[in-house]
Amino acid sequence: MKKMRSLTEAMASVKDGMTIMVGGFLGVGSPDLLLEELIKNGVKDLTLIANDTSFEGQDYGELIVNKLVKKVYTSHIGTNRETGRQMNANELEVILTPQGTLAEQIRAAGAGLGAVVTPTGIGTVVEEGKQILEVDGKKFLVEKPLKADVALIRAKKADRSGNLIYDKSARNFNPIMAMAADLVIVQADEIVEPGELDPNFVMTPHIFVDFIVGDDQ
Amino acid sequence: MDKNRMKEVIAKRVAKEFEDGDLVNLGIGLPTLVANYISDDIDVTLQSENGFIGMGIAPESGKEDPNLTNAGSQPATIKSNGAFFDSATSFAIIRGGHLDYTVLGALQVDSKGNLANWMIPGKLVPGMGGAMDLVTGAKKVIVAMTHTSRGNIKILEECTLPLTAKNQVDLIITEMGVMEVTEEGIVLKEINPEFTIGDVKKLTEAKLIIPEKLKEMKIE
Repeated sequence: MKKMRSLTEAMASVKDGMTIMVGGFLGVGSPDLLLEELIKNGVKDLTLIANDTSFEGQDYGELIVNKLVKKVYTSHIGTNRETGRQMNANELEVILTPQGTLAEQIRAAGAGLGAVVTPTGIGTVVEEGKQILEVDGKKFLVEKPLKADVALIRAKKADRSGNLIYDKSARNFNPIMAMAADLVIVQADEIVEPGELDPNFVMTPHIFVDFIVGDDQ
Repeated sequence: MDKNRMKEVIAKRVAKEFEDGDLVNLGIGLPTLVANYISDDIDVTLQSENGFIGMGIAPESGKEDPNLTNAGSQPATIKSNGAFFDSATSFAIIRGGHLDYTVLGALQVDSKGNLANWMIPGKLVPGMGGAMDLVTGAKKVIVAMTHTSRGNIKILEECTLPLTAKNQVDLIITEMGVMEVTEEGIVLKEINPEFTIGDVKKLTEAKLIIPEKLKEMKIE
């Protein structure tokens, strides 16, 4: 199956109103080229799932600044003033979620689990409106899996079949998001031939990847 | 005591809590300073919740790697036995009871060990990031903060701000002393000799239990 795509071809699949996941931690490990193209295309009414909303002036922070997002699931918005401004002006719905819960909600969707059952958030505003489960006398919050139409992923290396390797702390949410979306688009810094990556060290197996865009576009 | 000296006193005292082999997460801000004072005689592994263990000192200028940062997106380094992992694994370490200590700041902390450090309704809503998982999952929670902030008292009978977690705080370390949260309330375990018990009580709303043998908070 051919997975290599031009940037234009790959990003034409992202349409108004879709739910997208974007890898990255305060911008580190985010697919900046894919995001620039998304902004250029002016795709709007997006639901964004990302660890944070990055910074104004860069990568997925600019999705917010350009008002392409109507709802965001995230753990932290403090580094992007525009997110807070739009939230207070009721222009953007912000679902603040503990970071570990967010990671596990994404993992659960990719792993086919029905819910995440976590102690995090018990006794806080996070538990409002959610089911509480008592197991062996201890209280847990029931959190739903989070799935997306498209995941935008940044890898250090991809082989042409889609096996991926990430770089250092740029890995973060990328591998779990690559398992939790219907369409997975990868921006890779380096493209190699199948066989060049040692299968022992592949971090995302190729079956999860749909489109690969090189960094030489 | 000026603010920088306060921070130094707090960071130095926190660093004394750790033992050989401990895995520790240091929060952003003051807690980060603790790394500078961990004894060379013990092997303490630092976790960075964005996805690695074995965090080292900040890199020299010009040697920063854009793909190697701490959880506050500042340039970081990794020690020779360090390891990177994804966010689900990172929080499995945190939530799964593998972390010996989490050290974080607070807006408020109270006599029941409740902690508020993630939002001020209507004013500041940055989000909780990893704080709720850290405080819920770590074996021991240390609040490291200045005793008051701009004159506001922060150690309360009961927190008024939205909580980060309930009943999870074990130790509170400020420039004035070391306090332990117990079933009976907050016990002043150590006092900085620069202050009197009266000074500490005046700047603490929660009722402080003073043990017969109150120790001196020793800082070089």
